[in-house]
Amino acid sequence: MPADAVSSDTAPPAADSPSAPPASASVGEPSIDERQRTARVLANAPLEELTELWENWPDPPEVQYLRGPEAGLVMVQGRTGGTGDRFNLGEATVTRATVLIRDAELGTDHTGTAYVLGSHPDHAGVAAIFDALLHSAQRPRVLSDVIEPLEQAQAQQEARRRAQARSTLVDFFTVARENAGPDDEEDAE
Amino acid sequence: MYVAVKGGEKAIANAHALLAQRGSGKDARIGWRQVRDQMGVLISRVMAEGSLYDPDLAAKALLQAQGDVLEAVTLLRSYRTTLPRFGTTTPLDTSALPAERRISATFKDLPGGQQLGATFDYTHRLLADDLPTPQPPAAEATEEEVAMPRITDLLGVDALIEPDRPEGWSDPEPADLTREPTVYPMSRAERLQALARGDEGFLLSLGYSTQRGFGRTHPFAGEVRVGEVEVSFEAPELGFEVPIGRMEVTDCQMINQFVGSAEQPPQFTRGYGLVFGRGERKAMSMSLVDRALRAEEFGERQVSPAQDEEFVLSHADNVQATGFVEHLKLPHYVDFQGELVLLRQLRREFEERRELEERQESEQRRQAEQQDKKETAHG
Repeated sequence: MPADAVSSDTAPPAADSPSAPPASASVGEPSIDERQRTARVLANAPLEELTELWENWPDPPEVQYLRGPEAGLVMVQGRTGGTGDRFNLGEATVTRATVLIRDAELGTDHTGTAYVLGSHPDHAGVAAIFDALLHSAQRPRVLSDVIEPLEQAQAQQEARRRAQARSTLVDFFTVARENAGPDDEEDAE
Repeated sequence: MYVAVKGGEKAIANAHALLAQRGSGKDARIGWRQVRDQMGVLISRVMAEGSLYDPDLAAKALLQAQGDVLEAVTLLRSYRTTLPRFGTTTPLDTSALPAERRISATFKDLPGGQQLGATFDYTHRLLADDLPTPQPPAAEATEEEVAMPRITDLLGVDALIEPDRPEGWSDPEPADLTREPTVYPMSRAERLQALARGDEGFLLSLGYSTQRGFGRTHPFAGEVRVGEVEVSFEAPELGFEVPIGRMEVTDCQMINQFVGSAEQPPQFTRGYGLVFGRGERKAMSMSLVDRALRAEEFGERQVSPAQDEEFVLSHADNVQATGFVEHLKLPHYVDFQGELVLLRQLRREFEERRELEERQESEQRRQAEQQDKKETAHG
């Protein structure tokens, strides 16, 4: 039971072999949860900030684009009534890129992949580079200098938006017939 | 029948130049970012009916189309055919993130509360000269996420409403209308796909017709929510799903009366609407029509247009509709010439027939007169 808690309940009912636990993967390989977290932060980051972070990256590795950045589509699915049968809602543009980075000092190669909603080749390109760096020895620095600050900014913005939306919380009350006096505003049904 | 014509290149080029001039106006050009950010509702409509989520492209299409929604929708539909499809997303979980707007017309006090969000409801509908941008008072920014369970899940606890997942539910793979030929009757999943990309005006009118008695379904807006949801995609090369961004959607749960049948106890039934962007009217209309189209499932009498699957779904797509209506203005010279020749021949035959009849008539009259004369002479 605890093993397959990682995969969401929306996954198809195919044989649900729990994805390889992070420990058994190659040493230092980030777990799926971690990769989802960093992918989320990179995909939601504003392009300008990502570009700036990459441009100011100290000792940038050699970058080779293995694929893309290329534009394509994903079919977005919803569920009937929210939780029922799947149906095809419509497509969305998506941009993907896969890069290979080479660390000249260590002589190691790492690949990184990014998928980003929208037609944003630069965004997918930079996100893939940071994804590759997250697999390299520079992981701690990417986490502390890129992922964490972006994540915090996104959380703050999210909290602000939520708070603004929360300010529109409404409490309608049903107007009772006949006996509803002005100072007797009851929330009665 | 349409027969192709040739020529006219110069006139067509000039007409396009004139069109571009009409669209440029006298003031500075509007940037697509301005359109995207300040005409969000329109952008939503173009994305929904274009069946392609991309606010940037929708804004550019609208500018190019000079505000013609159907033209912009057509641009998006054409554009999508140039791109490869990488795959299918994980089904959206519309209740996962707190909605910006979430209201219910059925329960006053529901968990998570009624949150109006950005709405035109309760505005005075007075035309204003200036558009002020007041700052909404931000509540405590530290406030924790508030869970907003679906209203239908709350009713589902007591089995007062039909479940999304009936017994033995197996999560069937939905057919894709953009890839497979249209065959009636359709599954509900296919109908929802067709409705989600259907014309807002058409669905609004059909939804309205069900309220006015043409296929009564006694609807209540159980819940309407507008907000951003996270989109996840399982890329084959990664082997697990990753979040690829967020998209704004509108979701509507319509709750309808159902008296029950021999097999089923009386319970509420559901209509569902889900559209890209801020499309409350469309989502509500969609859910009304979705429920009306389930008439057969519930053994209801099918007497109204909104309950007729083939009628609704084969006319809901506005690209198809405008294509067929507007093709009438293209040169139909040969076709018309053929009609003209036929009509002239028919008229000639008609004239000949009439002349013949007249001749016969006058002949008969003459004979009758002669007969009369003879009789009077004898008399």
